[in-house]
Amino acid sequence: MTRSAFRYIRRNPSMAVGITLLTVLALFVIVGNLLVDTEDARPLSAPTLRPPSQEYPFGTDRQGRDLLAVMVAGTPLTLRIGFVAGFLGVGIGTVLAFVGAFYRGLIDTIIRGIADIGLTVPGLLVLIIIAVSIKGTLTVNQMAIVVASLAWLYPTRTIRAQVLSLRERGYVEVARLSGMSGPSIIFFELMPNLLPYLAATLVSSVSAAILASIGLEVLGLGPIDAPTLGMTLYWVNFNAAMINGWWWWWTAPTVIILTVFLGLFFLTVGLDEIANPRLRRSA
Amino acid sequence: MSEPVLRVEGLRVAFDHPLGKVQAVDDVSFALAPGERFGLAGESGSGKSTLALSILRLIKPPGRIEAGEVWLAGTRLGDLDEDGMRALRLAGIALVPQGSMNSLNPVLRIGGQIGDALAEHGLPLTRGEAERRIAALLAEVGLPETVARMYPHELSGGMKQRACIAIAICLRPKVIIADEPTSALDVVVQRQVMATLARVQRELGAAVILVGHDMGLMAQFVDRLAIMYAGRLVEVAPIAEMITRPRHPYTRALIASLPSLDTRGALAGIPGLAPLLRDLPDGCAFHPRCTLAVGRCRTEKPKLRDIDGAQVACHLA
Amino acid sequence: MVSLIEAVDVSKRFAGGLGRESTLALAGLSLAIHAEKPSIIAVVGESGSGKTTLARLLLGLTEPSGGSIRYRGSDLRKLTRDERRAFRRDVQAVFQDPYGVYNPFYRVDHVLTTPVRRFRLAASRAQARELIGETLRLVGLQPEEILGRFPHQLSGGQRQRVMVARALLLKPKLIVADEPVSMVDASLRATILGSLRKLTDERGISILYITHDLATAYQVSDTILVLYRAHVAEAGKVELVVKAPQHPYTQLLISAIPRAHVARDWLAKDEDRQAAPALAGSAGCCFAERCPLASPDCLGAQPALYRTEPGRAVACVQFGDYPALPTGGLGEVLSV
Repeated sequence: MTRSAFRYIRRNPSMAVGITLLTVLALFVIVGNLLVDTEDARPLSAPTLRPPSQEYPFGTDRQGRDLLAVMVAGTPLTLRIGFVAGFLGVGIGTVLAFVGAFYRGLIDTIIRGIADIGLTVPGLLVLIIIAVSIKGTLTVNQMAIVVASLAWLYPTRTIRAQVLSLRERGYVEVARLSGMSGPSIIFFELMPNLLPYLAATLVSSVSAAILASIGLEVLGLGPIDAPTLGMTLYWVNFNAAMINGWWWWWTAPTVIILTVFLGLFFLTVGLDEIANPRLRRSA
Repeated sequence: MSEPVLRVEGLRVAFDHPLGKVQAVDDVSFALAPGERFGLAGESGSGKSTLALSILRLIKPPGRIEAGEVWLAGTRLGDLDEDGMRALRLAGIALVPQGSMNSLNPVLRIGGQIGDALAEHGLPLTRGEAERRIAALLAEVGLPETVARMYPHELSGGMKQRACIAIAICLRPKVIIADEPTSALDVVVQRQVMATLARVQRELGAAVILVGHDMGLMAQFVDRLAIMYAGRLVEVAPIAEMITRPRHPYTRALIASLPSLDTRGALAGIPGLAPLLRDLPDGCAFHPRCTLAVGRCRTEKPKLRDIDGAQVACHLA
Repeated sequence: MVSLIEAVDVSKRFAGGLGRESTLALAGLSLAIHAEKPSIIAVVGESGSGKTTLARLLLGLTEPSGGSIRYRGSDLRKLTRDERRAFRRDVQAVFQDPYGVYNPFYRVDHVLTTPVRRFRLAASRAQARELIGETLRLVGLQPEEILGRFPHQLSGGQRQRVMVARALLLKPKLIVADEPVSMVDASLRATILGSLRKLTDERGISILYITHDLATAYQVSDTILVLYRAHVAEAGKVELVVKAPQHPYTQLLISAIPRAHVARDWLAKDEDRQAAPALAGSAGCCFAERCPLASPDCLGAQPALYRTEPGRAVACVQFGDYPALPTGGLGEVLSV
């Protein structure tokens, strides 16, 4: 079992790297939550602007937040927005893609039209407009829904393309001849073959959602009270931390964000290799 | 025969597969006379395409050439490095690959593709000379010179195949290996393409190795035919000999299973399945399906030996 | 007597798209297949002749542009749900590609259990297993060697035979076999075709054998339909059409087949002409531009099918003196 796992890692190193990075992050959050008091992520929990020390390993910020606590509390929040939005986006996208690609005709034209038009509009702009229009400050969950509103566009298009090609396979016709109905064919014949591709799309969708949410937060349009990674960067900007030389303030969130994206990126590449056998390298 | 233009000796090619080593070509030896038409027939999984590619050293990992030598008119190919091999491909031995029609670059005009081949081999031609040469090549394969300015998708299947033949002969090779050149073509177009190949080969004096599985096509085109089964040569004979007096049980069964257009009769296939190359039976690979198999066949692999004019690998021949 | 399945003046045109004209895949074809006299009808033609289009139309996988396909008298497009189920039970198919017809996600059992489930062919799991095992043995396969495997673990020939078994499960009256052996090794072709012949002789199942390989068509079928560029060139008993072809295209086709004989005359017979410029693109006989016997008579209209013998019809103006086939006459010529 482990020998074949090792052999697979040699063939698909990206997957291994991706999983490792994400595992490290998960451990950081889990262990961190056990060892650190997340209340210290609130302002006025600690002396301000202390560089990293034994008492405050990540230092503190101008509002007196213990940055280690902020990272431990904020990382799961950021990830949550990404996951919720990513899953929602791919979920909606999958349903629309299957319906459009399988049944063709008017419904396909409508779905495709909306997705195509939606994709040409600059996404961040739309998100900003939506975020600004919501009265009061956003909660983390509301952020997720805002981002999800656009997250389904790209998955719809790409999954539709995959379904269109799968639809022509011989086994779909044989299924028809064997008495299967349309929805059954979609669910039992097409879907299983798309699972690797859906997984890869999901991961990249989550990645894009996290990026979008961080973008909105850095602009100050996010949940102001939450210690998310993006909000931390907003405060970094607001307080000109870089110019003032408080390097520890922006280093921690940057490293974590990098880890998240690198991990998700390598995971996507690894999943892509499973989904597309032609990319496989020989052992 | 007089000095052979191509000599293959003891060629062995294997593929490394996680489930076991696959011996695609097992100890194959044969010689080709200049200008001869040699057929290499076998069913899927027999190793014939691998053999053709290995002569040109076009085998990529996980495949590797384990052993054997190939001589082209006195030059031992094993002595050449990759640059030397590259110079030899197309100029010495040309390949018309399987699915030729998909081997043409869809975004380049035909003339450009032939020109590329000529330039790659360092032929110092001016633009005008190159154009004339290309037009002459196209004429040799029966295509009008306007084809030089066309893209592959503008040509029919047969025309594309003939364009591939034009590329194959542009440097006057001594040997042309045609790997199932007509398998996707209609029967009438097939005849046109094979007639073109025959004419071109005769004019060049080049030898042809025709790899395929259509015995009727072999019967009408080749001078000598070799039958491959499970990576080994089982019979090699002049074509008329092989049709009238097949000596190997597999050859006999193969010929018997061909549907004839002369009389309607019982349809007789060969029972059983061709063995998986990574899971070959001991002894003769054909023995599980052979009606004449005896004890020796189960333990000892037969060697190819001469039997009045033909070569057969069977203990009972 | 209502036919099992009938094409009534069926034609199919594929739309062209930007800057390309539409393609006529099948020109008005009328053909009736009756269940009472099971036989094997071969449909022979080159690529672009319309033979695959005809198969897909008869299977209801595509809709005709003109005319209609009738199942027991009712138009395929207007069948009730029950009628559609009955249609699927009576008319089944075997396709060319033994690879693409299997969903790589499932074991090969899936392809056999699906029709059993959908059509409720067995009352219990044990009964289903027995039915499947029996049907596999019918096509010469051992259930133990086949069931539980994934498609890539079986050979092409085995996969194709499983597909035949799948078609048989529903006890159809007609199997449309579209190039069932062209992607199978030569040594196995005869075995599979032999088992198809047994299905007709012993189980009364008619087979529409679609192929470009005249030799196998000659060996296995009773009657033959030769298609050229969407039209019927010649049709009739296989002995007549293959041994004494009357249509110039059929003659060309037969002469173009390389035989495994010692006599080597095949290459020399390469006299297929390029289109004679004056005749190209005209509205007459579809074969006129390649026909060695073409004359001005051929340019008027596509020739009708003339019945030159009780068991044969030819679409060539040479035979204009013979009676033309009435609509529906093709079914008669093709019935044994």
